[in-house]
Amino acid sequence: MSGAELGLAVSVFLACAVEAVEALTIVLAMGSTRSWRSTWYGVAAATVALAVVVAIVGPALTALPLGVLRVVVGGLLLVFGLQWLRKAILRAAGLKALHDEAALFAEETERARAQAPGHERAGIDPYAFTVSFKGVLLEGLEVVFIVLTFGANQHRIGLAAVAAVAAVAVVVAVGFAVRAPLARVPENALKFAVGVMLTSFGTFWSAEGAGAHWPGGDAALLVIIPGLLIAALTIVSWLRRAAASKLVEGSA
Amino acid sequence: MSAVRNVALAVWDFVVGDDWITAAGVAVAIAITAVIASAGAAAWWVMPVAVLALLVQSVGRALRGG
Repeated sequence: MSGAELGLAVSVFLACAVEAVEALTIVLAMGSTRSWRSTWYGVAAATVALAVVVAIVGPALTALPLGVLRVVVGGLLLVFGLQWLRKAILRAAGLKALHDEAALFAEETERARAQAPGHERAGIDPYAFTVSFKGVLLEGLEVVFIVLTFGANQHRIGLAAVAAVAAVAVVVAVGFAVRAPLARVPENALKFAVGVMLTSFGTFWSAEGAGAHWPGGDAALLVIIPGLLIAALTIVSWLRRAAASKLVEGSA
Repeated sequence: MSAVRNVALAVWDFVVGDDWITAAGVAVAIAITAVIASAGAAAWWVMPVAVLALLVQSVGRALRGG
């Protein structure tokens, strides 16, 4: 396995693990408070919808010429990665609330209990079905996006899919073993890492697709990834210092 | 027609999210890279510089609530 393929597998695994943790919280909340049967139908329907998206977008992406593919995929990864990184930086600096799966689980279960039972259709609770469907679909779309963009660009959709399935399987197995949301997973650290990886690969591929040649070829990623990580950590440190000095000024 | 519009809006929201300036900045940086590369000059440095600038402005704008 080459360095770029290892980077692909690690990035996809981490990104999919984070999304799976978030989807698991919703599924557990619906299943334990409303109806497991309806929740599973929602999960199954979302999985089918995601498969349709893969069947349509996958071949369309892989049919693009390599230069165009790299610009499109690199640009999309950059837009996506920069958003992940911005949120992770703000959370790491203490300027945005951390993602708390235990709190989200409590919130979802409370909302589900407060919701009237409603009319069951064909033995399905519409509330549990809809919430689990939407939760899995929205988190799954991010997984599909990352698998397709990373996989198509390196012509390794199979490897990306294996990494994604492995991540989802690990999260689901652990989640159902403990029967609780995975609140102890360091989600922000994972999102920070994924944001750095998506943005780094996006930078590399978009420049290559636009016709630039990186000094050292693929080895340039070994400079881009740590370079971006250091830059992001520097921003976090600067924001923390700025927030602390504001606090001191405010109390003086 | 409204279904197509809804799908387009959902795709826009999914990809671009709440930060269209970053998306526009990425597009401009790719275009500048292509122009410099087509002139035969070294263009690899454009994207890293643009990405750092876009990250800083995106964080700054989020802090200002923009």
